[in-house]
Amino acid sequence: MTVSADPTPALQEYARPEKLVTTQWLADQLAAGRPADLVVVESDEDVLLYETGHIPGAVKIDWHLDLNDPVTRDYVDGEGFAKLMDAAGITRDTTVVVYGDKSNWWAAYALWVFELFGHADVRLLDGGRAAWQAEGREMTTSDDGRPAPTTGYPVVEREDAPIRAYREDVLDFLGGPLIDVRSPQEYSGERTHMPDYPQEGTVRGGHIPTARSVPWARAAAEDGRFKSRAELEEIYQSELGFETTTPTIVYCRIGERSAHSWFVLTYLLGFENVRNYDGSWTEWGNGVRLPIAQGTEPGEVPAR
Amino acid sequence: MTEGTALPGAFAEIADDFHALTGRDRLQLLLEFANGLPALPERYAEHPELLEPVPECQSPIFLITEVEGGGREATARLFFSAPPEAPTTRGFAAILAEALDGRPVGEVLDTPETVTTELGLAEVVSPLRLNGMAGMLARIKRQLALKAGV
Repeated sequence: MTVSADPTPALQEYARPEKLVTTQWLADQLAAGRPADLVVVESDEDVLLYETGHIPGAVKIDWHLDLNDPVTRDYVDGEGFAKLMDAAGITRDTTVVVYGDKSNWWAAYALWVFELFGHADVRLLDGGRAAWQAEGREMTTSDDGRPAPTTGYPVVEREDAPIRAYREDVLDFLGGPLIDVRSPQEYSGERTHMPDYPQEGTVRGGHIPTARSVPWARAAAEDGRFKSRAELEEIYQSELGFETTTPTIVYCRIGERSAHSWFVLTYLLGFENVRNYDGSWTEWGNGVRLPIAQGTEPGEVPAR
Repeated sequence: MTEGTALPGAFAEIADDFHALTGRDRLQLLLEFANGLPALPERYAEHPELLEPVPECQSPIFLITEVEGGGREATARLFFSAPPEAPTTRGFAAILAEALDGRPVGEVLDTPETVTTELGLAEVVSPLRLNGMAGMLARIKRQLALKAGV
């Protein structure tokens, strides 16, 4: 870590307080001009939102255009990521603070991809773009203060295994702590996509057998910031009985909302082994002969 | 283009404008479209329930059409509503409004479905997001055909 952690007392209750920063902390960092070892990244669902105005000096990284491989359904490789980092002025030692729209879904997703490449210091801006805007903080369309491109980000082989689950992993995991973070209607099978969102071509509705329904938004407060640790423990541990020491898998539709829940479990609650199944429902709901449960109950592990 | 048809006039001009630019400048032009999307007239602003949602778009957008006259010669009028935090969707709507609003219904109905992929936007917004514009065009055509009785 090159830039010291945000010491705000409210963050210290979380398992890994250094993974989160407050809007005030970030504003203070930027007030005297952005420190050279700190880069702010905006990652949104809407690809044009950054252009309407962004935090001064922030660079844009788009989940679809920059982080996904354009052909295979996968992430960019080590070379692609290094190229992206060089263009964004991020070196291997840079402290990266990510923020975005939609309660930081895509920001959490970007953070998770950074971690697939082992980037050491990536943090989320609590509350994301909406919180920054709601507080009337400075936004600009100017490029001033953006980091100049750098060179030499190492070509790192992506290490998926610790935090990314593939469909085969999930199939072997049925009956274990598996969390479906989609809306209740998507979980039951009533609908195959988010309310008011496009139908992305899933031919079956429902959920992965034995998965518990914990919509991502339960972890978010009204203002889009994360709930307190006590509130989160109440939900994930007391109410649902998940344990920090037991390997856990989260999924949603394409892995963005579950990246948000992955962040909550891993860094706010200190779960030791959480993987995001990014194939999620758009893969599982189309998979030939994969077992599916419908309705509001988790369902049983199918006989194999 | 499919069936060897040329891009309809207004779309051809818009496509030329986009293709004359690269990368970030192309996005800036889309943003100019987004900022220029006309506000809803009062009769719809006060009655949002009259507008049809377009679920193919990632962000909420609603549209409604009117026809002046009947048949293919009738004039097509298009109205859109999308929030400022959805500039990509607003940009798509504004492109359709500029190209098709006030044109004869027949001309709108003849607009090839492929038009949305010919504007040079796929590489700056991603093909996935372009599905939203195709969804809007399909809904516009369906409404107009019904209302103009063609």
